[in-house]
Amino acid sequence: MIKLAELKQGEEGVINSFSDTEISLKLMEMGCLPGEKVSIERSAPLGDPIAISISGYLLSVRKEEAETVLIQKEK
Amino acid sequence: MKNSQRKITVSLVGNPNSGKTTLFNNLTGLNQKVGNFPGITVDKKVGACQISQLASKNIIDTEFIDLPGTYSLYPKSMEETICSEVLCNPLHENKPDVNIIVVDASNLKRSLNLATQVIDLKIPSILALNMMDLVNSDGILINVKELEKQLGIPVVTINARKNIGIGNLKQAILNFKNQEHPDDFVDINDVNKQTFVDVRKVVGLELNDFSCLQMVCNLNNNKHFSVKTKKELEKVLKENKFNAKRAQATETVRRYKSINELLTKCVIYPTSSKNNNLTQKLDNIFTHPVWGFTIFLSVLFLIFQAVFSWSSYPMDLIDQGMTNLSIFASETLPEGALNSLIVDGIIAGLGGIIIFIPQIAILFAFIAILEDTGYMSRVSFITDKIMRGFGLSGRSIIPLLSGAACAIPAVMSARTIPNWKERIITIMVVPLMSCSARIPVYTLLISMMIPSDQTWLIFNLQGLIMMGFYLIGFIAAIGVAKIMKHILKSEKRSFYVMEMPTYKTPDWKTVVITLIEKVKIFLFDAGKIIIAVSIILWVLSSYGPSNSFDRIEKKYELTEDSETIIASEKLEASYAGIIGKSIEPVIKPLGFDWRIGISIITSFAAREVFVGTMSTIYSVGDADNNKSIRDKLISHKNPETGESFFTPAVAISLMLFYAFAMQCMSTLAIVYRETNGWKWPVIQFVYMSGLAFFASYIAYQLLK
Repeated sequence: MIKLAELKQGEEGVINSFSDTEISLKLMEMGCLPGEKVSIERSAPLGDPIAISISGYLLSVRKEEAETVLIQKEK
Repeated sequence: MKNSQRKITVSLVGNPNSGKTTLFNNLTGLNQKVGNFPGITVDKKVGACQISQLASKNIIDTEFIDLPGTYSLYPKSMEETICSEVLCNPLHENKPDVNIIVVDASNLKRSLNLATQVIDLKIPSILALNMMDLVNSDGILINVKELEKQLGIPVVTINARKNIGIGNLKQAILNFKNQEHPDDFVDINDVNKQTFVDVRKVVGLELNDFSCLQMVCNLNNNKHFSVKTKKELEKVLKENKFNAKRAQATETVRRYKSINELLTKCVIYPTSSKNNNLTQKLDNIFTHPVWGFTIFLSVLFLIFQAVFSWSSYPMDLIDQGMTNLSIFASETLPEGALNSLIVDGIIAGLGGIIIFIPQIAILFAFIAILEDTGYMSRVSFITDKIMRGFGLSGRSIIPLLSGAACAIPAVMSARTIPNWKERIITIMVVPLMSCSARIPVYTLLISMMIPSDQTWLIFNLQGLIMMGFYLIGFIAAIGVAKIMKHILKSEKRSFYVMEMPTYKTPDWKTVVITLIEKVKIFLFDAGKIIIAVSIILWVLSSYGPSNSFDRIEKKYELTEDSETIIASEKLEASYAGIIGKSIEPVIKPLGFDWRIGISIITSFAAREVFVGTMSTIYSVGDADNNKSIRDKLISHKNPETGESFFTPAVAISLMLFYAFAMQCMSTLAIVYRETNGWKWPVIQFVYMSGLAFFASYIAYQLLK
C-alpha cells in the first residue's frame, strides 16, 4: 500500500483508507471513498498541488492532503 | 384555496459549479437582494418571483434563497454551516417550505450525496437535473422516471444556461404540498441508537436519525436553542460517548453505497468514456509550466489595464458630472452652511463613492468570467505553491494584484477565497499594494525631490523611484501576510481540496448580475459609512471654535486678497487645523509639520485629497497664486534652518507614510462590510498606521 501523493502522473490506484479523519470526511463527501479508482491526472508546474481524477471529474488536492490517502496501486 | 395565497419560501442547494446560481438568476433576474447572513460573512441572496398556477390561474409570490454551494451538510466552513443551519434547524427563520436541489447531471454520483442528505431531512424537495446537454453528449443515459421512484421526490430536467425546463420546475414548486416523505435513504440507527433517542427527548421534536445527527454536528452554530437545551444535548452526547466524526464517516460511506446501488438502476454509462477531451487539452496549455504562467500573466495584465486605464474614461465622466452638479448646487442654493454641507459634504462624499463604480464593475466582470469558465481554479492550481508560503492561497493572487489598481474591488473579490484565514489575510494586506490614489501623492513628492530630466544609467530617476514604491508596497503586503500567517489562529481546520470544473463558455447573464450585485453592495453597504465620514470630515475642515471664522472673513473684507487665502486661513482655524496642530509633536520626528498634519487628517477621505489640501494650505501669504503647487511647496522655508522645508528626507518620509498608512475611508468601509464587523478594519487601521509611523520615523531619522 502506498500514499496517493507517491503515485506518479498517469498512474492509477484504488483508495484503501485514510490516515487523517478530518481530511477523510472532506475527501469522502467529494467522492473519494474507499474502493474508488483514482488516478493522477497532472501536477501543478511547481509540483504541488496535484490534480486527481475520480469517477469522471477532477479534484485539485495539496500534496499534504494526498499524503493522508492510502491506496492500492493497480498492476 | 386560502393557503396557496401566502408567500412560499424556496431554497436552492447544490454543489459548487452545479449551475445553482445560474438557475437562481434565471428565476429571479435582477429582483435580488444580497446581504450577509447575520453574524458571518456569507452572502445571503434572496430573490423574488411570481409564479402563476397553471390550473387555477392563481399568482403565487415566491421567495428564493440561494444557499451557498456545498458538498454535504456537515459544517466545515462558514458556507456549509449556513446551509446546515437553514435546512437542519426546524426553528430557523429562513427555513424553506420547499427546497430545490440543483444537481450537475454529469456528476450524478457526487451530487446525490448532498441531494439525499437533504431529502433525509424530510424537507419537501425537488431535484433539478441540470446540464442534461453534457450528459447526452457524454453518452450517459439517465432514466428520470426510475430516479424519481428511487429518490421518492419529483425530478425535473433543466438547462439553467439555456433557460430550458424552468416552467416545469416552477409548477413542481407549487405542487410541493402533495409530496409524501420518502423513507430514509440510509439507515444509521445502529451508529449510536441511544443518542438519537435521547436527542429527540431533549429537543421534543419528531426527528429522524439523520436530522438528529445533523443537529448535534451543528450544535455550536445553533442560535435557536436555549443555553439549557444545548447543555442538555452536550450531556447526552457525553453520556452516550457519541463520536461525531465516526458517525459522519459511517454515514457518508453508507450513503455512497446506497447511491451506487441506485445508480445501477437508473443510469447507463457508455462503455468507453470520452473523459472530456477539451478540458484535458485546455489544461495541457493552462497548467503548462511555461504557457500556463505566460497566459496567466497576460490575463493579469489585461485585467490590470482594464481596471487601471479603461476605467479612467467613465471615471473622468463621473468626475466631470459631479463637478458640474456641485457647481450647479452651489449656485442655485442660497449661500450659507446648508450650501456648503450639500456641496462640500454630501455631493463631494457621493462623488467619492460613485467614482469607484467603473473599477468595481470592470474587475468583477473579469472575475465572473474567469470563475464561470472554470479558469479561476486553474489559476489557483498553478499559483498555490507560491502563495501558500505567505499564508495565502492560489485564490488570493487576483485580489492581491488588483489591489495595485484599487483596494476596494480587490477586498470585495477576496470573497472567492474559500478558506477563512486566507481570506482575512488577503483582505488585511491588499491595501498595502500601491493603488492608483497614491500616484498623485507620489508624483507630487517625487517631482519636488528630483528634477524630471535626471537619469540613473539610462533610466529616468523619477520613474525608478515610483517603481520602487510600487515594489515597497508589494513587499510589505507579502511580508505582513507571512507574519499574519503565524499570528492568526484559524477556528476550523480548512482544506484546499476543490473541484476543477470542466471548461465552459461564460454565462453572460451571470456575469452582468454579478457585477451589478457587487456595485450595489459597495454603494449601499459601504456607501452609508463613506457618506457619514465625509460629513464628519467636512464639519472638521469647515468649522472652528467660536468666531475664528468670522474674524478671518472680517480681516479680508478690507483687502483685495484672493479667496484661496481666506480658504487657507479658514482651514488653519478649523477643527481639522486644530487637530493638525495638536498632533504636530507626534509627527515632528517624522519630519512633518502641522500643515502636513492637516493634510493627513483630510486625506483620510482618500489619499489623493492630500494634494488638494496641501495646495490650499500653502496658498497662505502667497500673492502669486499662479505658481504650481510643486513650486509653492519648494519655496516653503523651514523656520528653524532657513532652508527649504521639503528636503528629500521629508519627502521620502512622507511617501513612506502614504505607502503604508490606511488613508482611505472607503477601503475601511468595505472591509467592515466584508468582514461583518469593526474588529478587522480597526486592526487594519492600527497596524497600517503603526507601520507607516515607524517606516517614516526610521527613514527621516536616517536621512535628515
